[in-house]
Amino acid sequence: MAIAATTAAPVKIGRLRSWIVNSGPVLGIFAAIFVLWELGCWLFKVPDFILPSPSVIIDKIISSWWLLLVNGMVTAQEIVLGFGMSVAIGIPLAVLAVYSRIFERVAFPFMVSLQTIPKVALAPILVMWLGYGILPKVMVAFLISFFPIVISAVVGMRSAEKEMIYLVQSMGANELTTFLKIRLPKALPSIFGGLKVGMGQAVVGATVGEFIAAEQGLGYLQLISQVRLDTALLFAAVVVLSLLGVLLFNLVAWVERLAVPWNRMRTEMIE
Amino acid sequence: MASSGSGVQIGLRSVSKRYMTASGDAVDALGEIDLDVAAGEFVSIVGPSGCGKSTLMMLVSGLIPATTGTITVGGVPVKGAGGKAGIVFQRDVLLDWRTVFSNVMLPVEIKRLDKETHLKKARDLLRSVGLAEFEEKYPAELSGGMRQRVAICRALVQDPGLLLMDEPFAALDALTREQMNLDLQRIWLRDRNTVIFITHSIEEAVLLADRVVVMTSRPGRIADICVERIRRHFMALGVLSET
Repeated sequence: MAIAATTAAPVKIGRLRSWIVNSGPVLGIFAAIFVLWELGCWLFKVPDFILPSPSVIIDKIISSWWLLLVNGMVTAQEIVLGFGMSVAIGIPLAVLAVYSRIFERVAFPFMVSLQTIPKVALAPILVMWLGYGILPKVMVAFLISFFPIVISAVVGMRSAEKEMIYLVQSMGANELTTFLKIRLPKALPSIFGGLKVGMGQAVVGATVGEFIAAEQGLGYLQLISQVRLDTALLFAAVVVLSLLGVLLFNLVAWVERLAVPWNRMRTEMIE
Repeated sequence: MASSGSGVQIGLRSVSKRYMTASGDAVDALGEIDLDVAAGEFVSIVGPSGCGKSTLMMLVSGLIPATTGTITVGGVPVKGAGGKAGIVFQRDVLLDWRTVFSNVMLPVEIKRLDKETHLKKARDLLRSVGLAEFEEKYPAELSGGMRQRVAICRALVQDPGLLLMDEPFAALDALTREQMNLDLQRIWLRDRNTVIFITHSIEEAVLLADRVVVMTSRPGRIADICVERIRRHFMALGVLSET
């Protein structure tokens, strides 16, 4: 168990092998699906505007790479800004909720009840208020990713055992020290769980925002290609959007691995 | 006081604790208690669940205030936490994100004690409980008994005049528990801290303590104090000849 963490020499080969073992089946399934898809399109002569084959979609991605890149950058910007707002506002609010009785009793239930509003339904209103630019999409991404981030941060900061708090208090720790040394590090795994969910949500929010009204972005590109019956471009946009989502998600996961090294240790132990 | 002893004297005078429940009822967790613990003495407290043993410990540590009465530690009245006590709970509550060594150093950091001298002390303590090679491991890599040993080292590193232990070995298996009892005995014979040791196990109490305080339930009162000095010395000698 403990040996796995300390072996140093055969790490490279071991890593490659474990990567194949871990990722092999998933890649295999994807490959099989694409092969079946390609064959199906070819055998049944499905027209491209109904279902383009993978090769047609790849062709499209290559031929319209600039279009996809420019619009992808806009959507990425909306996602990152919306997500960033959620973190910048959500984490301090979570700290407030943990420390302030009034906030916990009044503001927090209010926030939870607001959560019942479907954020997507707010998008047309936001467009009306904030115009056609990037701002309403950022707001939708923010609103939709905000909640999981706050909730997981609150849960995480409350998860410190009372004995743990007593222990540092018995050493004379004040509230700030207790927060920095106990509550915050204890909450990190939970906070990162919320950030991962929130990042996924932010992608949805930005795209939906673009569906309502936009002049650029991948969602906008999809609307345009839908009208033009350019199904291949529609699929190309979906591919780029999912790649973008995976990239941003992995970015959060990467920061998590840096910030919470002990958690990985624990999961390695379980494996 | 003996030269090796770093323990402090404790006095409780008609100490009681009444909790208010959420519905507004008063619950007497602890009736009027008088208890004196000599410097360097090892006192075990046994009693049924809910007899206020843990409350008593929390009062002595200053983590909760007494409703009536006065508590003195080392002749000084207890006011709030942050005093001389090192605490060990039933759960080891090690910080998962710190290495074993860094866990032991936690009180040194929080109390802003001198780092250099305590680095050595922490290392010595870990070695004395057989965990020298585990300094850089994370708690998740340790067994339950090892984790509780680390928790004890963490309590001891700050040279506490008083060691408060709330059923520290209750969650461990019987064999580990026995070993832990021996380890604790050895450490106490060396340092002579004042120890208040709460336990469910009468055997454990008798094995370890100079005196066993028996408590009754709701409100908690002291029913009996048994002097077990002779038996402890007998056991201790047995232990010493073993090692």
